[in-house]
Amino acid sequence: MNFTIILHSGIATGTVLLFAAIGEIFAERSGILNLGVEGMMLLGAMAGFGISLATGSAWVGVLVAMLAGGVLSLAHGLVTIHFQADQVVSGLSLTFLGTGLALVLGEGLTGQTPPLLVDFNIPLLGAIPVLGPALFMNHGLLVYAGYLFTPLAWFYINKTRPGMHLRAVGEKPAAADTLGVNVYGLRYLYTFVGGALAGLAGAMISLSVSPGWYSTQTTSGQGWIAIALVIFAQWNPFRAALGGYLFGMLRRLILDLQGPSTLLGFANPLYINSNYSFFLIMTPYILTIIALIIGSRAVARKKGGSPSALGIPYIRGERGR
Amino acid sequence: MSIRFKVEKRVDVPKWLPLATSVGSVILAFLLGGLLFKIIGGEPLKALKFFYRAVFGNWAVFSDTMVKATPLIIIGIAVAIAFKMRLWNIGAEGQFYAGAFGASLVVLVPLVPESSPKFVVIGMMMIMGMLCGAIAGFIPGYLKAKYKVNEIITTLMLNYIIINWNNFWIFDQWSDRGFQMTATFDRKAWLPRLADYAREIPAFSGVTLHLGVLFGIVAAVIVWWIFKHSRWGYEIKLYGDNPEAARYAGIDITRNIILVMAFSGALAGLAGMAEISGVVHRLQESISPGYGFTAIIVAWLAKLEPFVIIPVSILFAGLIVAGREIQPSGLSFLLQGIILFMLISSDVLLRYKVRIIRTEQEQV
Repeated sequence: MNFTIILHSGIATGTVLLFAAIGEIFAERSGILNLGVEGMMLLGAMAGFGISLATGSAWVGVLVAMLAGGVLSLAHGLVTIHFQADQVVSGLSLTFLGTGLALVLGEGLTGQTPPLLVDFNIPLLGAIPVLGPALFMNHGLLVYAGYLFTPLAWFYINKTRPGMHLRAVGEKPAAADTLGVNVYGLRYLYTFVGGALAGLAGAMISLSVSPGWYSTQTTSGQGWIAIALVIFAQWNPFRAALGGYLFGMLRRLILDLQGPSTLLGFANPLYINSNYSFFLIMTPYILTIIALIIGSRAVARKKGGSPSALGIPYIRGERGR
Repeated sequence: MSIRFKVEKRVDVPKWLPLATSVGSVILAFLLGGLLFKIIGGEPLKALKFFYRAVFGNWAVFSDTMVKATPLIIIGIAVAIAFKMRLWNIGAEGQFYAGAFGASLVVLVPLVPESSPKFVVIGMMMIMGMLCGAIAGFIPGYLKAKYKVNEIITTLMLNYIIINWNNFWIFDQWSDRGFQMTATFDRKAWLPRLADYAREIPAFSGVTLHLGVLFGIVAAVIVWWIFKHSRWGYEIKLYGDNPEAARYAGIDITRNIILVMAFSGALAGLAGMAEISGVVHRLQESISPGYGFTAIIVAWLAKLEPFVIIPVSILFAGLIVAGREIQPSGLSFLLQGIILFMLISSDVLLRYKVRIIRTEQEQV
């Protein structure tokens, strides 16, 4: 076990959660709760993998994955924004729909070897002791993009005019409408952004972090973990990124615990009996619940950390909230 | 003359409309699914014929469909109770596995003496199955009621946790000669099947339908009664329709959230018990092809009505049975997703109507 390796791997797997969670933050900040992240991610993973195989370009795969996730999310948008359906039920159906589409279209992709996203080093920064090799060496472009994307997303939401409109639509849609902000249009836009980022996160799994197409095992619940992260992060991109990285590191640490025959001078039970690893597999999910409890208590204390119009359809001409 | 469409809010909903939209969305979903199937190079009509034969072809296959419908009925009712209170229990899958684990404890520990009569063994399995399911439902219920923790994510995370918990016991402690399953249970732990009476009634030969289906029907009656006649059912519905009103009415919301989640979990656990006692006869991996998730669609399609859940479950059991044969295997999953989407979209027709207005005026 080596800290640099754990940090390195945690950053890579954490970036997947970062993109998915920040995407969901955009959607939720506009008032649209999209629980279909798992479905969009799985569709993105399949599309990225399949298109990379078909075209020979991993980046075309990534683009199509984003498009696929975005288009799928528009189904949720249509049903919840215009048909005013319950966002929870619609999000669940989106999970089914995305999973089903990915499984049907991804038939036969298992075992194929498309071109993957390449890893490279960033000169100079990579020479920083300990952190350099973990943060700036042997990562794909998307990991480095994640470093820039997080502050940009925060800045966009909190400091720019379009970001103000986004927040207004999620907090007080009726007031935003009065001021001439296109509530429906913006909600569609940010639902799409959320879907595209979930698709990107999926493609990052299948083309970079743990390459391959293993049907539903490809994402194995990471979309749901991303949704929990949003609550844990209280809709703040920085906290979402931090949570994602920490989560990624824990996943790697859990894997590494099985290696050594002794731990802290004691015989390692995981080394003796590999069946104990089932308890390790549970750990991320248990941690998600714990993170969620922490996040929920913080939200409860602050009284309304969530966008106040989250989950509520906006109906023009009716008394808004 | 010009024609204009005007969308208006409905004041009252005609009685036939909810049924019509439900049936309509299933038909539309099948058409869309067929179209998709055609696009990827399948033959939808052939598949439909195949579907019909694989599901309702003769008594033996229909009984197989009913065996698959059994857990759907019980879990469908389980999630419907929670949904009535707007509690999104999507952890029925895990609660089902927890129930299977609890029932296995009775046989494998064993919790009852070897010489106990069959009804004691089965009764104890039902109690332990429901207890373990109830615990799996209680945890998210408690967290929701006390700390406002989102139950969707906790129930879902518990699915993964419980399935891995079961796997540990299956692979390690209870493994039968290193296989990834426990030893077959003693016949005393088997729910009676129609086939058991083949000697008296030859027509039952090979019919695998087991007593579990009766659990589903009894559960439907009980839950129907709860919502129709009991104060508790009224409180649940009131909170589901209007949480503010429920609060003003002095309803103990914390207690009800926990109770409803535990009750929902207990029923899903009972389904897990019925599955291993009536079908698998041991604990093993993958005892469910996603019953806990399919049951969500079933409950929603049935508009959370306990008695409607029964026929809808049979239809979806057919999808599961056919899904095993039809390739690619994700197709039945996709179809379920489309059905649910069509259904919630069609609900807009219950809220709004489109009026066609003809105006007899000259075009200027």
